[in-house]
Amino acid sequence: MGEERSTVTIYVMGKAYEVPASLTIMKAMEYIGYRFVRGAGCRAGFCGACATLYRKKGSYKLEAALACQKVVEDGMYIATIPFAPAEKRTYDINKLRPTPNVLLEYYPEIARCLSCNTCTKACPQDLQVMDYVQAAIRGDIEEVARLSFDCLSCGLCAMRCPAEIVPYNVAQLARRLYAKYLAKTSEHLMRRLKEIEEGKFDEELKRLKGLSREELKELYDKREIRV
Amino acid sequence: MAGRVIRISERNGRFSERVKALSGEEIDLCFQCGGCSSACPMTSQMDLLPSKVMRLVQLGEEAVLKSRTPWICSTCFNCAARCPRGIDIANVMEALRQMLLRSKFDHLKLETVGREELREIPPIALISSLRKFTS
Amino acid sequence: MRFAYYPGCTLKTTARNYEDSALASARALGMELLELPRWNCCGTVHALAKDDVMHYLAPIRVLVRVEDMNREGILEGNYRLVTLCAMCYNTLKRANGVVKEDPDRMRKLHDIMEREQPYEGKVEVLHLLELLREMGFEKVAERVERPLRGLRVAPYYGCLLLRPRGFGIDNPDSPRVMEDLIRALGGEVVEFPYRARCCGSYHTVERKDIVAEAAYKILSQAREMGAEIVALACPLCSFNLSERQDEVEREFPGFRKIPVVYFTQLMALAFGLGEDVCGLDQNHVDPRPLLRSKSLI
Repeated sequence: MGEERSTVTIYVMGKAYEVPASLTIMKAMEYIGYRFVRGAGCRAGFCGACATLYRKKGSYKLEAALACQKVVEDGMYIATIPFAPAEKRTYDINKLRPTPNVLLEYYPEIARCLSCNTCTKACPQDLQVMDYVQAAIRGDIEEVARLSFDCLSCGLCAMRCPAEIVPYNVAQLARRLYAKYLAKTSEHLMRRLKEIEEGKFDEELKRLKGLSREELKELYDKREIRV
Repeated sequence: MAGRVIRISERNGRFSERVKALSGEEIDLCFQCGGCSSACPMTSQMDLLPSKVMRLVQLGEEAVLKSRTPWICSTCFNCAARCPRGIDIANVMEALRQMLLRSKFDHLKLETVGREELREIPPIALISSLRKFTS
Repeated sequence: MRFAYYPGCTLKTTARNYEDSALASARALGMELLELPRWNCCGTVHALAKDDVMHYLAPIRVLVRVEDMNREGILEGNYRLVTLCAMCYNTLKRANGVVKEDPDRMRKLHDIMEREQPYEGKVEVLHLLELLREMGFEKVAERVERPLRGLRVAPYYGCLLLRPRGFGIDNPDSPRVMEDLIRALGGEVVEFPYRARCCGSYHTVERKDIVAEAAYKILSQAREMGAEIVALACPLCSFNLSERQDEVEREFPGFRKIPVVYFTQLMALAFGLGEDVCGLDQNHVDPRPLLRSKSLI
């Protein structure tokens, strides 16, 4: 082992490029001259726009990552997936009910799941995708919502699924149903909203609004901090 | 297909061998007793009786792939339970379905199943039909 | 006695009454059925093609979970997996049988499941009816508080509890396990030739007509032989023989509807576990008027 190389070789659309070893896939592609018009968004691992597939030299594995998060490695063959062709069903969430069959009704192809776990292996968020697709089949909306909470809808699971399922759209419907019909309503929030509407704080707000800048400052400094 | 002359060629032989390999059944053991056909509860819907399918597979007649019979078979294994030669005919039907399913063919077009229907059918029905009828 | 238990998808959706009544009845007999902590759909149909590997992943993963339960100490050296759904039973049992005898297929499966726990081949797949028979129907009879006196029940097996030979729970030509159970519960058994005839199975999605014809033949024969109610053990048979009676009624004038229940509902009823546990309100053809007329509820 010699000293660490400061550059690595990556392949974009089959062409080799030397790029600084510290760059993410996205930065490396910009470094070699690509300009992202599609397939880039927040650049912080949250928006899911920069789904990418790659293989490393000498490996059979097809790996998946977000281009803005994954640092380049030597010998990466890279293909960005700026858009996943995925069917999203139309529904009016107000008219749906969280029945056991509702996910199968809108996404019946989930019944084709083979339990091969390829989706889970593809997920850059390390979600248990197969487990939530399975929970969807048996109508466990709450479990789907829980397991898919951190999903970015990057589309990689859908691109890898041999049963042609679009897991992230199924999960989105489940989370919507969960939020609307199943999640516990927070009673203290409802209580407080009612108090506001009934004018409990009107007088105090009126008093604060009437204070000068100096008076407000003093009030702020002397405020009671409860630990 | 009744009364037609079937030419046995190398191609026919390959077809028979492929069905044997996929089904794992000794197709040549069938001596056309017809027991499977009398045991099958679905024959009223079939264009070819199960025993006839067996004969055509023995002869390597690829036209058997156009038959409705493998898609009407509900894999109930009545034929297998009755076969005096120990052939599991349900496996042969599966081999014929697979030969088509593996060539970008879907027997069930999921998009033709209505929402109303999907709302009421249990997961077990949807899963099994998709496993049997889509690739 | 504690056992690993696999519910399957439909017992969590449209067949809750099957699961609820089964778990409660098993408990009443001193059996605790522990649901696998994490499970996937078994695939519902066994993959018959000789070269198939992909479709074995689902059932094999389920079997690995049973070994997990033993590794984690939830169970101690008990590798028996209890099922209720006839299709799950068949799929899990057949896949288990194949991979145990076929090291090549097992190796291919493990290649796909890389970095996951491999299957060691220790699991035995059972149906609850087998467990009851093993326990002895006289024990079941002892637990009965409200015998199903005067109720003429036709047990229906369908296909996958009995066939193919070697993978069923009973002799495929003359099964008696459900008959014995119903007698133990104090009911009258109506044996009918179509008790092992196919209900039309997965055709229910695209060929309702096939299912309606099958249901008509099966149910009208049971009725002719004197049955008042049909008992079964599969949520797909149940859907085809109860929900599809609406189609039967439309297509076959003169057909009289007949209630169809899970055998576990009759058990829970006879054990006096209460109507709530039985979930009789969830059966498509309401069995309650009949049961009321016999003073059973």
